[in-house]
Amino acid sequence: MEHTSTLEKILRGTAITLVILFFMFPIFWIFLMSFQTNETILRVPPSIVFEPTLSNYTALITGKLDTAAGTLEISFMKNLWNSLFLSTASVAVGLVLGVPAAYAFARLKFRGSEDIAFTLLSFRFAPPLLVLLPLTIYFQQIGLADTYIGLIWVYQLIVLPLILWIVRGYFEDIPADVEYAYRIAGHSWGATFRKIALPLAGPGIAAAGLLAFIFAWNNFIFALVLASADKQPVTVGALAFVTASGIQYGQVAAGIVLSILPTFALALYAQRYLVEGLSLGAVKG
Amino acid sequence: MSLQLIDIVKSFKDDVVLDGVSLEVASGETLVLFGPSGAGKTVLLRLIAGVIEPDEGSILINGENMDGVEPEDRGIGMAFQNFALFPHMDARANIASPLTARRESQTGMKRRVEEVAKLLKIDHVLHHKPKELSNGQKQRTALGRALAGEPKILLLDDPLRNVDAKLRFEMRLELPRLLKDQQATVIYVTQDYKEAMALGHRIAVMSGQGIAQIGTPEDIYLAPQNTAIARLFGDPVINLLDVVPERGAEGVQVRLSGTPVPLHQGHAASIGHDCVLGVRPEAIRFVDADAPGSFPVTIEAETPLNEKTVTLAITEKKREILISRPSGTPGPDRGQAHVAIDAGAALLFDRATGNRIAPASAAAKGEPA
Repeated sequence: MEHTSTLEKILRGTAITLVILFFMFPIFWIFLMSFQTNETILRVPPSIVFEPTLSNYTALITGKLDTAAGTLEISFMKNLWNSLFLSTASVAVGLVLGVPAAYAFARLKFRGSEDIAFTLLSFRFAPPLLVLLPLTIYFQQIGLADTYIGLIWVYQLIVLPLILWIVRGYFEDIPADVEYAYRIAGHSWGATFRKIALPLAGPGIAAAGLLAFIFAWNNFIFALVLASADKQPVTVGALAFVTASGIQYGQVAAGIVLSILPTFALALYAQRYLVEGLSLGAVKG
Repeated sequence: MSLQLIDIVKSFKDDVVLDGVSLEVASGETLVLFGPSGAGKTVLLRLIAGVIEPDEGSILINGENMDGVEPEDRGIGMAFQNFALFPHMDARANIASPLTARRESQTGMKRRVEEVAKLLKIDHVLHHKPKELSNGQKQRTALGRALAGEPKILLLDDPLRNVDAKLRFEMRLELPRLLKDQQATVIYVTQDYKEAMALGHRIAVMSGQGIAQIGTPEDIYLAPQNTAIARLFGDPVINLLDVVPERGAEGVQVRLSGTPVPLHQGHAASIGHDCVLGVRPEAIRFVDADAPGSFPVTIEAETPLNEKTVTLAITEKKREILISRPSGTPGPDRGQAHVAIDAGAALLFDRATGNRIAPASAAAKGEPA
């Protein structure tokens, strides 16, 4: 790596630039759009020279959307809060249920353990609509439709298998002898789980939690069907910008910028754990 | 504390690893479990530690049945072959782990950890995480962790396997004293016969699905149960020659290179049977051609090791034998030579079963050897 020729450097730089352009350009463009009015966004040909405006953001934050057809009430900030609450709560519940389950699947070989684990994973194979239709009817009958609890419950379909399977792999990578050694040293089963298994699988648990959070945050269909306006997350709330007088591209863009900020910040913060966790080096003695 | 295993059976799926193993270890004794990999040595240790359960049989510690007793309640210290250190804790916390379990006071804990660390010469690396330690330091940390709690039973699973030759040699000298100081009952697993002979009060040789022979190091070296065990102990390996004992002028003898070589007179019962003669390379001497019982050989190669010189020779019937002598003592390095066998050190095995044939007792022995 130390003796790279100039040509190699140029080629590598070009490749990296291309990749960054490919992935970052849409985000960059959305970011620009969020500071423009519908007129400047829709002009042909598009240009990056424009008069920046904060009107999109003020509309979102104040909840008043001015359109040609009059002023519309939108609840974007409420949606953002819903997203945050639903995702956080779902991941929290998912971790509380999934991490001990993952440990059980990794360490205890009980009858049917593989079948149960696979069944849980298979929730991810089925199209969401398949479960949604019967769930809608059940939820209406038992009063869970349009409640946070009901939504968090359904979100476990996304979150739980993800956490379970990722974290299980991390637990399996911890040599069993390390745990045995702690028990022989005189510590109980529970203490061994808390002091050895949990810290050693920590990066994996963080990675799984982060991924689960992003999946929950980006979910659209469950909330669309099962929740009404005041419980809906941003993914569904963004539909409000498709108004009778046209699509409010500026507000959509501003909404997207606001809604990716939390996951973006979380990913940046947790990057260290992610890299550590996914490289697996931490566990090997 | 004494340890007793009664008829232990353990299998994994359809693979029977231990089939009816019984074993008794006295308080304060060091017992070495010796055998090739896959013989079930580690499984036996894990059963004693309680991290796996036997299918049948019972384990008694100080006469108390350990059935259903959790590993943390057995009062055992164990060092693993792969060290199994806690990677997220520094060496100090690793060694202290048996003490934290007992909620020992901070000062008591610190004192004990430093005492153990000093003993094992790792007191300067206590603040290092396992991945910052060398293999030797890791091994000592693992040993320190096993010792820190002053367990009455100490299980050491091939602790010198993964360390370099120099440290292994040093530790082989240090360990007996260390284990003696602990006054613990020790079960020590190894695949190295020198380690086994150096450390064990008794050695249990494991093969197949159980214990093939158990005895003092001398017993096993001088009177191995069968040819397989004879071959496991000793370097260079024992000479095994197919022979048929016969009655000669001086009593029981065998013919090597056509020359009669006398045997222990207790072997009269084996006359005419297919046998295997086992002679340790150090029990063969170079002698003058006219020495009694000597037979001619041709020298093929000579390998000087540090403390001894090993010579490969062939008899007139093209059978290879190894001869070992202390380096510096005279001996031929090529051509023809004559050798003689120490009749008292020669072992006789049944060729069909491989089992050793013990000579009839001294009382029955009429003639001198």
